[in-house]
Amino acid sequence: MVSCVLCGPKLSMCGIVLSIWGVIMLVLLGVFFHIHSAILIDDVPMTGNYFISSSNITEIYDMYEKVAMNCFIAAAVYLVIGIFSGCQICMNRQRF
Amino acid sequence: MEDLYRGEEVCLAQLFLQTDVAYTSLSELGELALVEFRDLNSDLNAFQRKYVCEIRRCEDVERIIGYIENEIERANIDIPDLEGNPKAPQHREFQDIKLDVEQLERELREVESNRVKLNKNRQELLEYSYMLRLSQGCVEKSGALQRDDSLLSVYEEFSSLDKELLILETEDDSSHTMAAKLSFVSGVVSAQHLPSMERMLWRGCHGHMVLHHVPIPELMQNANTGEFVRSCVFLVSYWGEQIGMKVRKICECYHCHIYPYPESKQQQRNLVLEMHTRIEDIKLVLQRTEDYVQQKLHEAVASVGMWRVRVRKMKAIYHTMNMCRDTTASGCLVSEVWCPARDLSRLQHVLEHCSARGGHSIPHSFLNCIPTQEPHPTVMRTNKFTSAFQNIVDSYGVASYREVNPTLYTLITFPFLFAVMFGDFGHGLLMTLFALWLVLTEQRQARLAAHNEIWQMFFNGRYMILLMGLFSIYTGLIYNDCFSKSLVIFPSSWNVSAMFTHGPWQKETLKGSKVLSLDPNVTGVFSGPYPFGIDPVWNLAVNRLSFLNSYKMKMSIILGVFHMTFGVVLSLFNLVHFGRRADIFLVFVPQLVFLLSLFGYLVLLILQKWVAWGPMDSARAPSILVHFINMVLFPSTDGTIFLFRGQRGLQQFLMVLVLGSGPILLLGKPLYLYRQQRRRMCRPYRQAACARRRMENDEEDLPLMGGDGNDVVIMSGEVESDFVDRVDEKVQVDIGEEFMYRLIHTIEYCLGCVSNTASYLRLWALSLAHTQLSEVLWEMVMSSALQLPRVASAELWTRRAIGAILLFPAFALFVTLTFSVLIIMEGLSAFLHALRLHWVEFQSKFYTGTGYKFTPFSFKSILEGGAFQ
Repeated sequence: MVSCVLCGPKLSMCGIVLSIWGVIMLVLLGVFFHIHSAILIDDVPMTGNYFISSSNITEIYDMYEKVAMNCFIAAAVYLVIGIFSGCQICMNRQRF
Repeated sequence: MEDLYRGEEVCLAQLFLQTDVAYTSLSELGELALVEFRDLNSDLNAFQRKYVCEIRRCEDVERIIGYIENEIERANIDIPDLEGNPKAPQHREFQDIKLDVEQLERELREVESNRVKLNKNRQELLEYSYMLRLSQGCVEKSGALQRDDSLLSVYEEFSSLDKELLILETEDDSSHTMAAKLSFVSGVVSAQHLPSMERMLWRGCHGHMVLHHVPIPELMQNANTGEFVRSCVFLVSYWGEQIGMKVRKICECYHCHIYPYPESKQQQRNLVLEMHTRIEDIKLVLQRTEDYVQQKLHEAVASVGMWRVRVRKMKAIYHTMNMCRDTTASGCLVSEVWCPARDLSRLQHVLEHCSARGGHSIPHSFLNCIPTQEPHPTVMRTNKFTSAFQNIVDSYGVASYREVNPTLYTLITFPFLFAVMFGDFGHGLLMTLFALWLVLTEQRQARLAAHNEIWQMFFNGRYMILLMGLFSIYTGLIYNDCFSKSLVIFPSSWNVSAMFTHGPWQKETLKGSKVLSLDPNVTGVFSGPYPFGIDPVWNLAVNRLSFLNSYKMKMSIILGVFHMTFGVVLSLFNLVHFGRRADIFLVFVPQLVFLLSLFGYLVLLILQKWVAWGPMDSARAPSILVHFINMVLFPSTDGTIFLFRGQRGLQQFLMVLVLGSGPILLLGKPLYLYRQQRRRMCRPYRQAACARRRMENDEEDLPLMGGDGNDVVIMSGEVESDFVDRVDEKVQVDIGEEFMYRLIHTIEYCLGCVSNTASYLRLWALSLAHTQLSEVLWEMVMSSALQLPRVASAELWTRRAIGAILLFPAFALFVTLTFSVLIIMEGLSAFLHALRLHWVEFQSKFYTGTGYKFTPFSFKSILEGGAFQ
């Protein structure tokens, strides 16, 4: 690979730590939203109105699924960042 | 192995070292770091001691080595870290080192001075050559050189130089003063001085001169300071002798280098060529010198580290020998050392070994233990795990000799109390992972840590951080808090639907109020306590804080009372070890009774209320605080609901105990001493001796000793009555002093019990702060990002896209703030408060901490620690 070294050793180390944490935590969050965990009810949009106007449980579950999908997408972005940081670390090590 | 519990036994020994083997013996002892030398010559200053000349020689050599290291650094050569452990040199080897070092220094200095001279020459030649070349420019314009007397006006511009006659100025021309000739001064000046020089010349010479200047394109190096400056070649054309002198003086002021101007063009050309060759020659010589210096320095680099270490060790040995007494009569060196009792045989072995090596068949060096009254140093042997905890205990005060060492208990209580204040599963997990990484890459980090102070602090405390993290994971699971969300490991015990089926709720109830209360008395709502930790349903409850506050406050009080009681019990171990039997009954027992009757009873009340009172009678449950206050106030009790049957009687009994233990604490000891003195007065001589010994045992302010010989010096030939009187006086003063001491300590203890118990409420306070901070961070950052798909105006897929894309930086922000605020800041805060709880609340119950550390004569610590003495 002929790509240049964009980040120094410290920045790429921060990047990879952040990415690992991000991937693990966002995947877990996504899983918890997917199983409709009650603890996370305050993080799902518009649930405040639903209980008053209608008690349609499927709409609430739909919102849960949307947020879960958001979390998985963000986890995928962090995976990309992680791979990029990993490459930077390898290139930094090779240089020295 | 009593090492960490109490510290080791240390004895004072006298070493008798034969003078010829003294040096090698001390070298061995320094390598092994066995003993601590006492200064027997403390009344002498540094110049009166015996081995001053040797030390001075060592310091000379050290100075030269320092100069060599400077030169190596200036040449940008890296000095590699020293491998191995070179020993201190013998006399012959030291001479060799000295010769090597001095020779190297001589060569380096010679080369340096040569280099300076050559550089200076080169600069001058360079400037001269530039001057010749650049001033040629102005000369060319003028045409041929002629000797002419015609004057020309100088007020015209430079083009008038065409008509001017350039005449070489020589000294003998001064005879032709009537016809003032055009002469000039040429030279080089630095560019920043040029404008002011020009102005000065113009004012000074009243315009009878012309200054012509051309900047030199290359930067010239000032030979003295070594910095690079911009210079200009200048040419001052003037006529008149006086002007000439003025011009020269002015030029001198501005530190110009004046060079003579050649007569003819031919001469000029020759000069230029000559300059050129000379410059090339000098460059060559300079290059050769540089190479030579580099080569010499590279050779020296290998040995410089070793020289420094060896000379340092030699100096340390001579410093130690200065502390010994020299008995020239028997030809041996006498020194007093503190040696841990465990290492005495090793010390003996070392002495024999060195004497044997010295060629004597009979070991002449020997040691002799002597009993002493002086305070012994404290020895605590620690390994890499316990050293961090020992350091934080020592920061408060080094343990007195053979006193119970709180470190042993701090190993666990400190991380635990930290975790009670920090309790978060997620943060604890991160801390553990960080500490685990530090521990597993120990070898690598040890080298990196040496350069950065803050990193070294974290590195030294890696095991402490690991324990703190592990305990935080535990308390995080108990508090059921992971990044401010609860984990539902077991299904929750609270059931909402039961309120509909068995209880009063209907569908309309939900629309009616904002906040509804689950009633645990309704069947099926509450199915018993959660198996481990706090029920996750509380994370959704509005009155979460009321519940948690009550729980955490009571928990803090319980932990505090246990911790303090443990501290008081540790004082019992100290009293038993030092044989102060009177103190056990007159101090320890009243203290314990006081503490347990008041605060032990409070803990009992808390536990009883938790166990015996349930949701059925929660409406009429009495308040512990009110009852605890009423315990002391004794109000009328008609109609009050008691926590348990017989509470009134028990409280009255406990109050009697408390009010009884106070006076015993205050007056017990002084009365006991007084009674002893009375008994002694009736039976004077015989009792005096043993009573005095017992009294010395009982006195508080004697240094704590291991029950070694309390030698009483009984002077013979004393009159009995005088002796008794003197004893009486001493006892008299002691009782008064003892009473004051007891008064202060009793007040401190009793008031301290109350305030320290309240102080433990910081466990609750910091835990609350951590929970709230964590919750706020989640709500502000993560929750807003997760709830983004609520923007009603845009399309669904754009909404979803915004949500997903914004979650990425929001999470990064969450991570940064978690790390910086919640882990580092809260971690440091909890660390500090846990430390304070240990230092003040726990250790004030039993710890004196007035000892001093055992610092053995060790080359390793001298080399690491910097200058010796």
